[in-house]
Amino acid sequence: MKLVDEFRGSRVVKDLIRAINESATGIYRFMEVCGGHTAAINRFGIKNLLGHNIELVSGPGCPVCVTGTGFIDKAVRLSGDEGNIVVTFGDLLRVPGSISSLEKEKASGADIRMVFSPLDALRIAAEERSRKVIFLGIGFETTAPGTAATVMEAEKSGINNFYVLVSHKFMPPAMEILIRDGTNVNGFICPGHVAAITGSSIFDFIPEQFSIGCAVSGFEPVDILMSVLMLVNQVNRKNPNTAIQYKRAVSREGNITAKKMMAQVFEPVDMYWRGFGIIQSGGMKLRGKYNRYNAELLLNETIKDDCNEGECRCGDILRGLIVPVQCPLFGSQCNPGNPSGACMVSAEGVCNAYFRYGRNE
Amino acid sequence: MCLSIPVKVISIEGDYAEVSVAGTVFKAGLQLVEGIVPGDYVLLHAGFAIGKLSLEEAAETIEILSRLGDADQYSEL
Repeated sequence: MKLVDEFRGSRVVKDLIRAINESATGIYRFMEVCGGHTAAINRFGIKNLLGHNIELVSGPGCPVCVTGTGFIDKAVRLSGDEGNIVVTFGDLLRVPGSISSLEKEKASGADIRMVFSPLDALRIAAEERSRKVIFLGIGFETTAPGTAATVMEAEKSGINNFYVLVSHKFMPPAMEILIRDGTNVNGFICPGHVAAITGSSIFDFIPEQFSIGCAVSGFEPVDILMSVLMLVNQVNRKNPNTAIQYKRAVSREGNITAKKMMAQVFEPVDMYWRGFGIIQSGGMKLRGKYNRYNAELLLNETIKDDCNEGECRCGDILRGLIVPVQCPLFGSQCNPGNPSGACMVSAEGVCNAYFRYGRNE
Repeated sequence: MCLSIPVKVISIEGDYAEVSVAGTVFKAGLQLVEGIVPGDYVLLHAGFAIGKLSLEEAAETIEILSRLGDADQYSEL
């Protein structure tokens, strides 16, 4: 397939591994903060291709995982009203809330539908004008512009039974917290599809203020290995900077049209992240002009966003403090068929990736 | 979640395009991108084209990587 196969070639992979292992003369610990990278690194066995002096550690890159239990509770509550249709990306269906999950509510008869795009939710709203259609808006800067475009489309076409329960998040504030809290990494594999929207420059503060290198990476094995080599070189040369490995998709300035739409519809707000608590300006909320699309207005009670996770160590895993096998529930009580926490549900969750691809640590 | 795949734009009508992924055709919103024409490759994410892919940059990356076999060329990265 065009633009995929070229970045999976075995010869280039072998050359990259040799170059990395010859260049890596010190100790390196790089964190990826994108669930797509977490999935790809585990799926392609990339950790096993690198020397023991290069550790790849997963961070808070899975939007489903960092979303608090309270968000699920709100969605469950909204699905309980027969006048409502809750529309969601599939990842969220099986995430446990504090009392139920959307999957269980759907099995009990709630009208909960899975879609691939917020535009599908708007189409449902156009078809079901007598009901309230609530789209669950999760995701980072990659996904938020699409939700923004859909809200603007709803306004343009006068569809007033469309709502969004917004939990979109900004990635850089979480990375800054990890660094300030002393996470021991000397490089970040930065999320390529976040940067396709925002531009690579949103990561500049990391090398500039904290002297930690960044490589904005694509998602194929060659992309990830090339990013590792770029980070090894940055450490060796004591020259941390924001390098772009994924040049075919990412520029310094990003997608200006998408950024404008995101800024027109959303404004920053302090938001709860699993494992982090409230992050200042870590999330998005609808601006006043668009607040009539806010699904929170349909809730007649306050539901807290935070999590009571019991023994589940998802929060520590999302901060890179432990790996899944160090959680007492991993692989026994908690597995993809019966997940205890969000990190085991999503295909991009660290626990799910470890479970499926060999638990290689 | 941020999963996006490279797709080829087949045709455009208003704010929407038909795009092809290995022969399977999808509809994609073009609201977030400008100046896209049939034949372009774009990243498809959650029903939207979120950016144009540069075939020139892809070729350049492959070209740089093709020189990795020569030990002196690591310094390019």
